[in-house]
Amino acid sequence: MHPAFSVIFLTTLIGAGQGLFLALFTGQLYSTIHLVEEQPGSFYAVGSALSLLLLIAGLGASFFHLGRPERAWRAAAMWRTSWLSREVIVLPAMMGIVFFYGLFHWAGWTEPFIVFGDGALPVDTTFVLGLLGVIVALALFVSTGMIYASVKFLEEWHSPYTVVNFMFLGTASGFMLAAAYSAWLGNNLVGFFGTWAVIATLLGLGTRTASLFRNASLKHQSTLQTAIGIRHRSIEQKSQGFSASSFNTREFFHHQSPATLKLVRNAFLVLVFPVPIALILLAYLLESPTLPIAAFALQYLGLLAERWYFFAEAEHPQNLYYQQIS
Amino acid sequence: MTQLALVIDLNVCVGCHACVTSCKQWNTSGWAGPMVDENAYGADPTGTFFNRVQTYEIGSFPSTETVHFPKSCLHCEDPPCVPVCPTGASYKREDNGVVLVDYDKCIGCKYCSWACPYGVRELDEQQKVMKKCTLCIDRITDQTLPEAERQPACVLACPTNARLYGDVHDPDSEVSIAIRERGGYALMPEWGTKPANHYLPRQKNHMHISEEDLQRSDNPLTKEDITVYSGEETLDDVSW
Ligand code: SF4
Ligand code: SF4
Repeated sequence: MHPAFSVIFLTTLIGAGQGLFLALFTGQLYSTIHLVEEQPGSFYAVGSALSLLLLIAGLGASFFHLGRPERAWRAAAMWRTSWLSREVIVLPAMMGIVFFYGLFHWAGWTEPFIVFGDGALPVDTTFVLGLLGVIVALALFVSTGMIYASVKFLEEWHSPYTVVNFMFLGTASGFMLAAAYSAWLGNNLVGFFGTWAVIATLLGLGTRTASLFRNASLKHQSTLQTAIGIRHRSIEQKSQGFSASSFNTREFFHHQSPATLKLVRNAFLVLVFPVPIALILLAYLLESPTLPIAAFALQYLGLLAERWYFFAEAEHPQNLYYQQIS
Repeated sequence: MTQLALVIDLNVCVGCHACVTSCKQWNTSGWAGPMVDENAYGADPTGTFFNRVQTYEIGSFPSTETVHFPKSCLHCEDPPCVPVCPTGASYKREDNGVVLVDYDKCIGCKYCSWACPYGVRELDEQQKVMKKCTLCIDRITDQTLPEAERQPACVLACPTNARLYGDVHDPDSEVSIAIRERGGYALMPEWGTKPANHYLPRQKNHMHISEEDLQRSDNPLTKEDITVYSGEETLDDVSW
């Protein structure tokens, strides 16, 4: 497939936005039960604003993918059958929750209305919003992943790995950003967020390499024989029916050399996994306020490469029909 | 239920592209148009087509065969392109099974083109909406046209009658009989899309001619005496 930058930015930006929200709420959960130091409301408010910004930027990027962005609202219609439609509904829901989560923290509307177990677990509005947000964030990861994983003849994508990769990698970059944010503020949650970021990154490493191995040995079901229905071992296309290019040759081919693909793959394997982990460890040892920011930035850069490769790697069966100009 | 479709006879398609041009002419000026071309006289011309004719070489030299292969939307009975459309712009008509795009609803997200394994949907570069074969829905449903003309433009244009058109659910239609009796097959059956369009495979008629067929045993030549006589007594010499 042709890697479109609109979709690469969409999936990586909202992934980081969802991950950051998950990180903020994890922080709140831990501080409610007094496992980490309590943070002021502004910490969550600014964090939520950052998350919202990422979600909005992702949504903005997605508009560049549409031929008719002015009609985008129509895309919510077919949620019963289309994962794309589901994403279009869940993404604004996520934004709304993040907005109100931040607003309530900022305004200090955090009086608990119910307290469980002798003051051990006070529940306030932000807590409820946070829980809801976790569910919606997971639903968004699933919707985004399923857009790709549900197309059964895009065999590189048609696997549960697609969904879990989106989930783990988005979560990793969100926690990484939370660590960077904490380091920048100078609070002592860097280690907490950093540890979770490393865990998510390692999980992502596991599932992403597993999907790379799966795809390396993938045998496509469609062949030129099934495509034109002629049983012969040697079939060669002599003409695809036109002399230059068409939508079919632009949308479904990456037009890059195998060497470039390999380069991008190796680049993301280095940038997404070992580099940020090493930087976070180093930041922890040196108590550096800037290294976590570098860790996040480099991992995000790596994720752009990862998503580019994700698209380029997928071989659409229609490509069988477009092999030879004439 | 009716399922209109094309059946392409690979025996007789000569790869003349008459269907391609007649399709473009009819549809660019009709309901489904325009089908814009970009850079038409430049180095990299590109444009929207609903139908393409491709050419394949089967086998290796010298025992090769050329197959011309017209390809357009197959109007699948279980079209994967329809449920993925987020706007409902892509739909399959209940009454005749034709798969269509509502250009007023399409947002040009291209997801349906990803979800078609056959590569027959094309995004129009100027209108920025998804386009594909309509089976000339504006011809075949037009009651003002004489019955014989209520057929897709490509079918009417084909000089070798390689394109048959009709209802593949009606067991007695020309297309159903052709599929049944001449081994009509579907493309990429592995994806369960159940294409309505079918292809008729090349069929070769081998005739066996034996020596006897050329030299009939009752050939009058063999009855005639063509012996060369050299003075011996013949029937003519017998005096009656
Ligand atoms: S051929 Fe492609 S576009 Fe046509 S109905 Fe089948 S899946 Fe859809
Ligand atoms: S490009 Fe148009 S028809 Fe295709 S899925 Fe998107 S909205 Fe539907």
